[in-house]
Amino acid sequence: MANKKLGDTRKGDALLVPVVAVLLGFAVGSVVVMITGKSPLVMFNAMLQGLTGLNVARGSFNPRYIGELVIQAMPIILTALCFGFAARTGLFNIGAEGQLMVGSLAATTVALLVRAPAFIHIPLVLGAGMVAGALWGAIPGYLKARFNVHEVVVTIMLNYVALHMNNLMILNVFGSVDRVKTAQFPQSALLKDPWLESITNGSRLNWGFVPVLIAIVVYWFVIEKTTFGYGLRAVGYNKDAAKYAGMKVNRNIVLSMMIAGAFAGLAGAVITTGTFSFGRALSAAEGYGFDGMAVALVGSNQAVGILLAGLLFGMLKAAGPLMQSNGIPKEIGGIIQASIVLFVAMKYGLERLISVLRLRRDKASALPVTGEEAGV
Amino acid sequence: MNFGMILEMFPIALMFGAPIVMAALGGLFSERSGVTNIALEGIMMIGAFAGASVTVVLEPITAMAPWLGLLTGVAAGMLFSLLHAFTSIHLKADQIISGTALNILAGGLTIYLCQILFHQQRTRAFSYGLRKVTVPLLSKIPVIGPMLFYEMYPTFYVAIVLVVVTWFVVFKTPFGLRLRSCGEHPQAAASMGINVYSMRYAGVIASGALAGLAGATMVLTQDIQYTVTSIHGTGFIALASLVFGKWNPWGVLGAGMFFGFSQTLSYYAKDIKILASLPLEVFYALPYVLTIAALVVFAGKSVGPKANGEIYDQGKR
Repeated sequence: MANKKLGDTRKGDALLVPVVAVLLGFAVGSVVVMITGKSPLVMFNAMLQGLTGLNVARGSFNPRYIGELVIQAMPIILTALCFGFAARTGLFNIGAEGQLMVGSLAATTVALLVRAPAFIHIPLVLGAGMVAGALWGAIPGYLKARFNVHEVVVTIMLNYVALHMNNLMILNVFGSVDRVKTAQFPQSALLKDPWLESITNGSRLNWGFVPVLIAIVVYWFVIEKTTFGYGLRAVGYNKDAAKYAGMKVNRNIVLSMMIAGAFAGLAGAVITTGTFSFGRALSAAEGYGFDGMAVALVGSNQAVGILLAGLLFGMLKAAGPLMQSNGIPKEIGGIIQASIVLFVAMKYGLERLISVLRLRRDKASALPVTGEEAGV
Repeated sequence: MNFGMILEMFPIALMFGAPIVMAALGGLFSERSGVTNIALEGIMMIGAFAGASVTVVLEPITAMAPWLGLLTGVAAGMLFSLLHAFTSIHLKADQIISGTALNILAGGLTIYLCQILFHQQRTRAFSYGLRKVTVPLLSKIPVIGPMLFYEMYPTFYVAIVLVVVTWFVVFKTPFGLRLRSCGEHPQAAASMGINVYSMRYAGVIASGALAGLAGATMVLTQDIQYTVTSIHGTGFIALASLVFGKWNPWGVLGAGMFFGFSQTLSYYAKDIKILASLPLEVFYALPYVLTIAALVVFAGKSVGPKANGEIYDQGKR
């Protein structure tokens, strides 16, 4: 007890910061709701309903909300895997949004131009999305490896290039009646299934969750269980040491960005052929990239963490319409999400706070009389 | 393409360019002090929301409403950027993550407040934004007059003044020298008795003021109300101008105006023979592609502040 210091870590601390950050985020959200004269209880009821389908106030159950939760969680889990994979290699990939867009563009292309039975068409669509995302991710990876150009600025710029390229292709190549949508995809390219929709009371649930689950397992396996993943992590921990140990640092950087891009590209394909059934021109980025970044940060870039954080943020999104109908602007979800990210970013401050509190408690239990001076 | 068309394009290009330059100057202050600020976009949103709201509310009372709106935008931007300053300087948060959090927060917070204040997803529309001015005498000069002084938004002149002020403050005053030293080698600066914390706070808050002004300017010259897409990536174009302009106020002016022109060109492309066959999206994407190209060209040369984005740790050497 005597040698406990500030910054002293214990087992389970890795989990503590995200959990505290989430709680503080919800606290901030509640305060905002209260300041603007609404009841946080309404907000929490809507969230519970979004998470479980149960409406406590009315005692009813509607599985549609669970379906919507999964729909909202799928793409942001994938973009989180994208951000997380690059982050484990020490790269800051803000480009998930752009990689997702080219993925969805490639998926649109294959869905519209290829005629094949579903068991061939769907894998082709998903594969095309992944390849496109990987190639888009390779650009910042290559520029980083070859010219040492910082990936943050490049990926931000590429997001906008992807947005305009997507619109250019959708509007000028595939053609669009209303300047938004392409023609409908053939049934064989779609992940939609009436059965899944019926068991969730008409939600948009589709088979997209299968590739998402596979992606999570692949992420875990590659990073934690393979020599290749070990090499990537080594580059993330210490580039120079990895180089000295004979690892191909530059090759690893490009490969890591490509794999990361493939996750985001898959997200694009899943959205386009699961949630929607046509290619779309976009007026602005939809925020999947930044959402994914938030998910990965809260999930500490771990496979399981990303799954849980993805479901949490998916719930915030799914509960939006419910809150809106109860008089609380649905943007509160974004506010809570941003607060959580901010608190995770304050990791250093939070860890300090936790260890100060702990020190205080430890001293208080050891010497109850002098508890007052313990926090110094 | 004829000469008249170029003259006609000028005021529009400068209208687009002014907020880009202002926000990029903000980024300059912040990054010169060593704090990366990718939250320019979010701060602009806050500034735009504050500017539009104040203009709408005060419009019936005073004709100065848009100018008060601009000032409120500045104040709101400063307040909002304090969050970035506090987390990234005092709490040693990763500056990219903190900036991203601010960008997400801005979108949520502004629309949330719109719903509380105006009961819709956007602010109420104002009847007039800033009014155009014609400078007497100067507008009579041939060629330059109609290009720069006839029917112009006054915010363009504000932007030009800010470029000069920024250049003077950052490169000609002791404060500027200290600010830059914190962005190059904070530990060395600290050893000379400079308070790195307060210099970095000054840098980030200045960036908040300028980006807030930029947001308010943008909504009051190019829009009729604040919506979630009012800023549509201009903060990131400002970031691009900062890189393209090599973290120098004159470079930023050039880059910002160039990007303003490339946006204007997209409106005029159909009348210009060589450009008519190109889709509009090419012009939209141009600034971003050029920035990546510039980054590759600058690669290996030390153009940006050396300690930009580095967390200041007193114990490090």
